[in-house]
Amino acid sequence: MSTLEHHGTYQPTTGLGKWMDARLPLPRLMYDSFVAYPVPRNLNYAYTFGGMLSIMLVLQILTGVVLAMHYNGSTVGAFTSVEHIMRDVNNGWLLRYMHANGASFFFAAVFLHIFRGMYYGSYKEPRELLWILGCIIFLLMMATAFMGYVLPWGQMSFWGATVITGFFTAFPVVGEPIQQLLLGGFAVDNPTLNRFFSLHYLLPFMIAGVVVLHVWALHVTGQTNPTGVEIKSKTDTVPFTPFATIKDAFALIVFFLFFAYFVFYMPNFLGHADNYIEANPLVTPSHIVPEWYFLPFYAILRAITFDIGPLTSKLLGVLAMFGSIAVLFVMPWLDTSKVRSAVYRPWYKVFFWLFVVNAIFLGWLGAKPAEGVYTFLAQLSTLYYFGFFIVILPLLGLIETPRRVPNSITEAVLAKSSKRSGGAAQDAAASTDNKA
Amino acid sequence: MSDTTTTENEELPTRRDFIYVATGMLGVIGAASVAWPFIDQMRPDAAVLAAGQPIDVNLEAVEPGQAITVTWRGKPYFVRRLTEDEIASASELGEGDMKEFAPIETRLGGEEVKDWVIVSANCTHLGCVPKVIDTKPEGWNCPCHGSVFDMTGRILRGPAATNLPLPPYVFTSATNLVIGTDQA
Ligand code: HEM
Ligand code: FES
Repeated sequence: MSTLEHHGTYQPTTGLGKWMDARLPLPRLMYDSFVAYPVPRNLNYAYTFGGMLSIMLVLQILTGVVLAMHYNGSTVGAFTSVEHIMRDVNNGWLLRYMHANGASFFFAAVFLHIFRGMYYGSYKEPRELLWILGCIIFLLMMATAFMGYVLPWGQMSFWGATVITGFFTAFPVVGEPIQQLLLGGFAVDNPTLNRFFSLHYLLPFMIAGVVVLHVWALHVTGQTNPTGVEIKSKTDTVPFTPFATIKDAFALIVFFLFFAYFVFYMPNFLGHADNYIEANPLVTPSHIVPEWYFLPFYAILRAITFDIGPLTSKLLGVLAMFGSIAVLFVMPWLDTSKVRSAVYRPWYKVFFWLFVVNAIFLGWLGAKPAEGVYTFLAQLSTLYYFGFFIVILPLLGLIETPRRVPNSITEAVLAKSSKRSGGAAQDAAASTDNKA
Repeated sequence: MSDTTTTENEELPTRRDFIYVATGMLGVIGAASVAWPFIDQMRPDAAVLAAGQPIDVNLEAVEPGQAITVTWRGKPYFVRRLTEDEIASASELGEGDMKEFAPIETRLGGEEVKDWVIVSANCTHLGCVPKVIDTKPEGWNCPCHGSVFDMTGRILRGPAATNLPLPPYVFTSATNLVIGTDQA
């Protein structure tokens, strides 16, 4: 393992700085982690989603805490209190639209972040734990968003909660007691709404805790980079500030431009009209669909329409859906290739992009009615989803011939820039240096 | 001191080992007993259970071919009165037509009240409320994932695996139904 050589050390200059440093060296920790910390010099924009995710988490917590000041977590008051936030509370509409669309953008960023990891092999040794912590954050995010969506107590809130807690009834014997334990009753009702509010408040702070572990693990192993070659010397890296800071900030601003467009011009585009109808336990909306970020998993759930032996289609569907996330956890051990980055894996690259297209296709199918040709297509898509992890990843590593991997990040960067400048004398010298 | 003698005699458990194990065990029991109330509080509480008292349903206004929805324990139930034709078409269904076979007699109300079907209105797949239809022999279809039930709530096709369950109920007269108990 390379030892990460930092760019400079913290030198407190002021009296207060020295006083702090001798007692609680928090400024030193910050300096070492976010100023002098060495990052690969060739990071591209795919590496900026992590920063965005941290900011989105902060934004969700801030908007959430102020929404909670006006929200009423009871079945009698929930729906009207959200309308009250929208109409009466000063700037309430803005805060709520930021929170609701913020969840969507949070998920958009996390999906891109996960795809980045899959493409550049970030999950591979020695970053397995870093990857698993990320998967845990993803799970917690899903739980948080699911419970948050129940809070406005609209028709989609109610029926979404009914269907999702209904998953547990798929398990024989223990299923129904577990469902009642979650609901605090026999159906989704006031006790359910109350506990969901409590947990929706709690989980983001648990996410923040896991994020700290995630970043800690990241700073032990260092970041990957597009070449997948580990950092070997100081010339492979640049200091976090200003290089990564500026790049992250620029990407964040662009991301926020899109976010603001949604918040101000199409705040309900990602939502469902049915959720502006108050929950009614006696009538199910004619077409219930989850939020867009759950659609691929929903499609997998519905794709299983057949029984296998004693296992019913219902149980299998639920297992497949949970399995589609569980399989991410073991990804580091499924991939047998010695080469980390897809840049040098010609076949993996193809299967990876197919995986991305397939995931989007699954999302599209999840929004379609579960009948006829859609069910068949969803079954094919589900097959590829699992096939990618369970068959392609292990086999491909054994049979694929990777391209030549550069010896170091610096070599790759110089080769690229000499190609671009048509082989300027200086670059030519540098690359001969490398060959020697 | 006793310490020196016991460390020499490694196979024998010492008094200190005993104290370690005993403390550990007590600690585990203590932790579990403290954890229990935190989990137990999540189960349906007394108010929810009290709302589970049986309910009376007045049937006077329900004509053959009609269905009403009532709630018991916060959950919806269908009370449906079948026409002669509907009973006949449901009777024709055999074992091959459905995923979970149940003879028609077991699905209909008691002796004198054969035209009533009282079933849970939560789809046995994931709990949506199926829509009442009367494309005989189909009686309900679920908007969520497309399960189809017959006139008596038996599962014909779709992702649901079991029939709509029957709540405990009893007819106290020809026009009064009690849901929530089978004792008159
Ligand atoms: C991981 C971070 C979070 C995510 C992904 C998230 C997600 C959501 C979602 C999807 C909704 C439904 C929005 C709608 O359609 O109206 C919601 C509502 C709500 N959330 Fe959060 N949330 C997060 C953090 C928080 C926090 C920390 C609080 C603090 C108390 C909070 C308080 C609320 C409240 C009061 C509502 C109901 C009002 C409303 O519907 O706008 N949220 N959340
Ligand atoms: S809930 Fe009825 S088919 Fe899924």
